[in-house]
Amino acid sequence: MTVINKKPNNPIENLTPEDVEQIGIELDAIRQDVLDSRGEKDAAYIRRVVGVQRKLELGSRAVLLVSILPPAWVLGTAGLSVAKILENMEIGHNVMHGQWDWMRDPKIHSTTWEWDNASTAEAWKHSHNEVHHTYTNIVGKDNDLGYGIMRVDEDQKWHPMYLAQPLWNFLNACFFEYGIAAYDLELGKNLRIPKEKRSEVFKRNTKSTLAKIRKQASKDYVVNPLLALPTGSLLPTLAANVTANLVRNLWTHSVIMCGHFPEGVETFERKSIDPNETRGDWYVRQMLGSANISGSKGMHLMTGNLSHQIEHHLFPDLPSSRYAEVAPRVKAIFARYDLNYHEASLPAQVYSAWHKVVRLSLPNGFLATTTVKNAPEQAKLLWAMSTKGSKVRRAAQARLQQQARKLEVAKAA
Amino acid sequence: MSTDTLPGTSRSRPRPTLRESLRRVASAAVTPLEVDDVLDVFHPLRSGAALRGRIVDVQPETDESATIVIKPGRDWAGHVPGQYVRIGVDVDGTRLWRTYSLTHGPRADGCISLTVKAIPGGVVSQHLVHRTRPGQMLQLEQAEGAFVLPQPVPDKLLLVTAGSGITPVIGMLRNLFSRATPAATDIVLVHVNASEAAAIFRDELRALGADGRITLIERYDDQHGLLDVAHPESGLAALVPDLDQRLTYACGPAGLLDALEQHHAERGLQLTTERFRPVVLADLGGLSGGPVSFADGSLVEADGGVPILDAAEAAGVLMPSGCRMGICMGCVLPLMDGAVRDLRNGALTVAVPGETDPAGVPIQTCISAAAGACSINH
Repeated sequence: MTVINKKPNNPIENLTPEDVEQIGIELDAIRQDVLDSRGEKDAAYIRRVVGVQRKLELGSRAVLLVSILPPAWVLGTAGLSVAKILENMEIGHNVMHGQWDWMRDPKIHSTTWEWDNASTAEAWKHSHNEVHHTYTNIVGKDNDLGYGIMRVDEDQKWHPMYLAQPLWNFLNACFFEYGIAAYDLELGKNLRIPKEKRSEVFKRNTKSTLAKIRKQASKDYVVNPLLALPTGSLLPTLAANVTANLVRNLWTHSVIMCGHFPEGVETFERKSIDPNETRGDWYVRQMLGSANISGSKGMHLMTGNLSHQIEHHLFPDLPSSRYAEVAPRVKAIFARYDLNYHEASLPAQVYSAWHKVVRLSLPNGFLATTTVKNAPEQAKLLWAMSTKGSKVRRAAQARLQQQARKLEVAKAA
Repeated sequence: MSTDTLPGTSRSRPRPTLRESLRRVASAAVTPLEVDDVLDVFHPLRSGAALRGRIVDVQPETDESATIVIKPGRDWAGHVPGQYVRIGVDVDGTRLWRTYSLTHGPRADGCISLTVKAIPGGVVSQHLVHRTRPGQMLQLEQAEGAFVLPQPVPDKLLLVTAGSGITPVIGMLRNLFSRATPAATDIVLVHVNASEAAAIFRDELRALGADGRITLIERYDDQHGLLDVAHPESGLAALVPDLDQRLTYACGPAGLLDALEQHHAERGLQLTTERFRPVVLADLGGLSGGPVSFADGSLVEADGGVPILDAAEAAGVLMPSGCRMGICMGCVLPLMDGAVRDLRNGALTVAVPGETDPAGVPIQTCISAAAGACSINH
């Protein structure tokens, strides 16, 4: 993939400014329809989800009190994992977007919600709602895209350290809540600044994040295991909490990777974004920069309806429970303007996203030119590119790209 | 848990009780939730919870009014007949706050009741009269109000009510006559209504009249014409000859109360009134912009087509902000008073002190423009 305006068949080149404006009008109409019909049923829905989640979490923790018994451990761990996923995805993420603020219920409100995650609600709302949702998929501005540490685009120069990015991505998945907390704090950027020059905001946010992590960790790894001590279930409960957090981290990481990372999702160049971007332009960027996951109702619920990532990015403040309903209308607009509505099953999207991580961890054209037959030579080449300095790297890179182009031409013929 | 202890005094603090210690452990086990959030799932009316009530009965009074019987949470502190209560009702999923008089004295079953008249176009009153069902929950605040009878109850009383102004008075009457030894007070009730059919508690009041407990004077606009309080032949003095010996309590629309105040002042009589604040939802369509005041005292003249956020920033107010396009909720502030218009769809959001949420109605300043004067807590 490469940024959209450098592509040979740029999908938005065919859109006139009038088209873009019309898309904006049509999407605004969909949004208004949902606002007009939003009401009691929606409120009942989110209250039910919150109620079920709390009962599930409490029930699971109760079962874990006797987790010395293997069936109790399995049941409690599964329940806790699901409860944590529901809390983060369908409840926390969406409440913090302000999707339910219209209810004016201080208990379910973006300004009061705190979620079961290492990152504080405040830091998350800034980096996610404000930065990611405003600058979606703009290379260099959207932290979600690069996680600051990965090679996410062909145009990003290859360096041997990127060879480790699949491993790095896997570790990030395992400890995802801490990864989120780190990039909400912009830890990488801030740690490079000398200690005395770091901003007050950063210091304050770090302090509140550490305080939150301490509370979160004591709950999962100290208090709840200790409560299970009388039945001899301290260690099993500890293991259950570790497992549930791991499951939640892997799941949320997968869902989030699927949202913007699969092959075919567009990215945008900072320079190509008009500073006076209209609402229509912004809508189009959201349409092309997101990918959906198809699946059952249960799957949509467990992803917090981020399986409707396209609809979510178009209408981040509409109740998540309404995305499924507006999806066909959104899809029809894509079809009318000949734009690609990116949708696939969860395994397909996860595979696609990981394939991209692996492909970009290698020099451009490397994966395309590698076959079983030439594998030993290719490995040697990669070794040389990794160890013999930038001159060798440049030359080898040029050759690889040439070969890849030839292959493409041959395929096309 | 936050306790206001000065640094250094914490050592002298008494050891936490068992209950406090348990609560601290429970709190650590459910963070980032609070223990109350979890307990609310199971027992929303328990002691220690935010004050709420469950509707146990809805009794129609007339076609357009109903009495709602509510079981309040354990922390309900009780009330004196004549007082009112603020309730938060979820109408179409959105919580709206209104004030209603309590229409019973303290009841044996511990429930409270309010009688609501559906006002044409009244979002909350229409909902309460026509669409509430037993089992639904309401948010409550403790009873308030100084419109209560003195103790001991005076020998001679005059009660003047109009329309739903009867609601605090019926609470007083029910309380007086539900006692084992009914009060021996001589009560005249002048009850004014548009028509017989619209009179709330008509039959109950007539029964009290028939039993000789009160002297009921019914006045219907469609039969008797509008009541002119000061009229020498058809006014209050004509209806109640011994007016000067009575202590007067009155509740009703502003016009009637104003006339009564003038009338009583001229005669040098004492008068206690209860005014229902009207829900100010005037047509704001013609207005464009207005002055926006902030809690720190700054005042910004905001145009009706410009987001309050932009107008305030242009005037030098430090505002929280985020995406500036209505999606991130980084700019939400409570509107305490006034009205704002959503620039995206023209929808109005109104805050009325004493009517809407006391903490303010949260608005997104980046997509809201002032629609008349408003005040923001920031």
